[in-house]
Amino acid sequence: MISVNAKRCQHRSGADHEVIIYENRMETKVKKSYFSRKQLMIPYAVFLCFFVVLPLFVVLYYAFTNGDGNVSIHNFVRFFQNSKAIGTLVYSLAVALLTTLFCLLLAYPAAYFMAKGVFRKNHTFLMLFVLPMWINFTLRITAMKEILSLVEGNLAMHPFLNTIICMVYDFLPFMILPLYNTIVRLDDSLLEAAHDLGATKRQTFFKVVLPLSIPGIISGITMVFLPSMTNYVVLDMVYNSTYIMGSLIGSYFSAYDWHNGSVISIILLVIILLITLISDKFTGQSANERQGGAIL
Amino acid sequence: MSENIATNIENTVENMIELHHIKKSYDGENTVIDDINLDIKKGEFVTLLGPSGCGKTTILRMIAGFEMPTDGEILLGGKDISELPPNERPINTVFQKYALFPHLNIYDNVAFGLKLKKMPKKQQDEKVRKALEIVDLEGFEKRSIHTLSGGQQQRIAIARAIVNEPKVLLLDEPLSALDYKMRKEMQMELKNMHKKLGITFIFVTHDQEEALTMSDKVVVMAHGAIQQVGTPEEIYNEPSNVFIADFIGESNIFKGVMSGKFKAKFCKAEFTCVDDYAKGTVIDAVIRPEDFVLTKPEEGIISGEILSSDFKGTFYEVAVLCGKNEIEVHSLKNGAPGTKVGLTIDPDNIHIIPYDLSINHYEGNVDEMQEGSELAVSFAGIHTKINPARLFEGATMNDGVVYDAQGSAMDMSDVSFEAYFAPEHADLSDDAEAGIVQGNVVSFIYIDDHYSYTVRGLDEEDYIVDDEDLWNQNDFVSIIIPEDKIQYTLQ
Repeated sequence: MISVNAKRCQHRSGADHEVIIYENRMETKVKKSYFSRKQLMIPYAVFLCFFVVLPLFVVLYYAFTNGDGNVSIHNFVRFFQNSKAIGTLVYSLAVALLTTLFCLLLAYPAAYFMAKGVFRKNHTFLMLFVLPMWINFTLRITAMKEILSLVEGNLAMHPFLNTIICMVYDFLPFMILPLYNTIVRLDDSLLEAAHDLGATKRQTFFKVVLPLSIPGIISGITMVFLPSMTNYVVLDMVYNSTYIMGSLIGSYFSAYDWHNGSVISIILLVIILLITLISDKFTGQSANERQGGAIL
Repeated sequence: MSENIATNIENTVENMIELHHIKKSYDGENTVIDDINLDIKKGEFVTLLGPSGCGKTTILRMIAGFEMPTDGEILLGGKDISELPPNERPINTVFQKYALFPHLNIYDNVAFGLKLKKMPKKQQDEKVRKALEIVDLEGFEKRSIHTLSGGQQQRIAIARAIVNEPKVLLLDEPLSALDYKMRKEMQMELKNMHKKLGITFIFVTHDQEEALTMSDKVVVMAHGAIQQVGTPEEIYNEPSNVFIADFIGESNIFKGVMSGKFKAKFCKAEFTCVDDYAKGTVIDAVIRPEDFVLTKPEEGIISGEILSSDFKGTFYEVAVLCGKNEIEVHSLKNGAPGTKVGLTIDPDNIHIIPYDLSINHYEGNVDEMQEGSELAVSFAGIHTKINPARLFEGATMNDGVVYDAQGSAMDMSDVSFEAYFAPEHADLSDDAEAGIVQGNVVSFIYIDDHYSYTVRGLDEEDYIVDDEDLWNQNDFVSIIIPEDKIQYTLQ
């Protein structure tokens, strides 16, 4: 047994701890030289080239050429002169906007109460909201369809309403998760500080919580808005025969009209780009915050 | 009589904050604060000092209103504010991690409270400007908080609180995230700010040096209870128990006994001291390392051999082995290990604390269910079986029934006793099965040549155990007490 005096010295200087740390460091150094983490990137880079970058160029090529292989913007002019195509674009935007709006209205309170409210850190509730994501998409919509036909009788009577209901049901978890993640990371001391400085619970929410959850709102919107513009499977399943952008692309491609199909893909791409640019304006601020380490 | 009443009224008016019998427990069992009473005077700089987990932050949060006491009341200027939410209390907090609003610039952060009060813009501008001036950041209004250093952010957090002119400013370890130099600077500035503003400051820290430097009054806490309240000088020079002596500054603690008037015997020598306790009183003697003087071996009251000497900037930390005791001495002179030295001390610098005789005394009962020839008893979460003769002279036991010396059966239902074991007779083990009771080490102090551990059992009972081995705080240990070393006294 080590004498008490020797132990007391050790305890005070912490000398033996230092040795252990030093040895650990040596070990990791040796291990590192065997293998570079960068090499792990190679499979994904190859995948990216063949399945993302290359197809994008193919789409661009078809969109900007006519049947003879000459460069032209005629395809675009035709799209914007075609009232039916514009109608589809407007209808898709309406579906996407309403879906996003209802998702946001339903998801925000849910996310807030799970992150900071009564169901704080309650994983069961979070699970209940995320669980539908584990179930096959068509199965989910089929189940919803059954419920709706029980209520409405004939589904064909309200095609637009049914589309929105099923879309909201389908995309809700994609809105809840980013919102939950943003709100749960808000430091409690910020809410306490607001409360301490004289804000009521309501004022704290509108002056602190809501402005600071904008990054989550934006990423939720991007997760829901874009897919709901193209998800024509939902429309098919609820017997909604109106076309949205996704169904338009599908119909052109299945008729081997690569040019018009590509044009619509490019138009969607531009819409995505615009939304991303707009949201970057908001999230640019929060990127700064991340650097400051204050909230994220 | 009437004079008495007058002073009483004056006292209550002078007290800014009064805590009366404050208790706080979570889920009804996990007690963090146990019956705290504290008066804080108007304009005072009070520091709550204690190791982490002692409950100091909980007290601050209850004064701020973030947490409600389970029991007791909090008075502000004589009025009960226990039920008020934080936004209705004229109290503001400076948070440990600043808690500045990242989406607002400096002006909007500082003006946050003023805007909620719907103060006219002009007045707001003026107040924000003044507050920023006080924290030395004038002209920073338009800047984003992300451009500020940690120290500057902390100043903004202070400005944001004082701009509301609170009656009490609460500071929750506000300097702990700053580096050493910045911390020293902010300590001085906070002290000056306190003088200038005249607001009552309640400051929480675990840094004893910080507490001693800054405060008018220090409240030392441990295990959810107040250990001592006093000026920094009182706390340092007259610690009321060995825990404080060990926690505040460095100390050598010796176990000893009073050997006469102003005479104490410890470390195998007799010392003259200035504290007067009855001859024979068991004591702990506390001596600060800087109060020992190194002399030639023959000139010292005690003598020993230098074990080690480390340079600490302004002094050498010298470890001297006297008999079995390792004594820490802060000396201006260096000494080579192995050198024989003597130690003297001014009687003024020996602080005597009477040994707490109530430790390890527990009330116990005889268990209801009895069987065999040994009596099942319980005290302080300890369940054991003893020979009934240890409680009742000549008693015997058979098949769960106790018979007295005359052979007639005894009624055990109302029997209560006191159990005691001496700390030096108990030992700690990491084998949970080896001991009579288990618990976690909550604190330990080095006394003489061993450690004195406070172990808190699962029933929240404290046991004091001396052990030569080193255990750490929160270690789960079991306490081994030889059966014959427990004394039972019938009550």
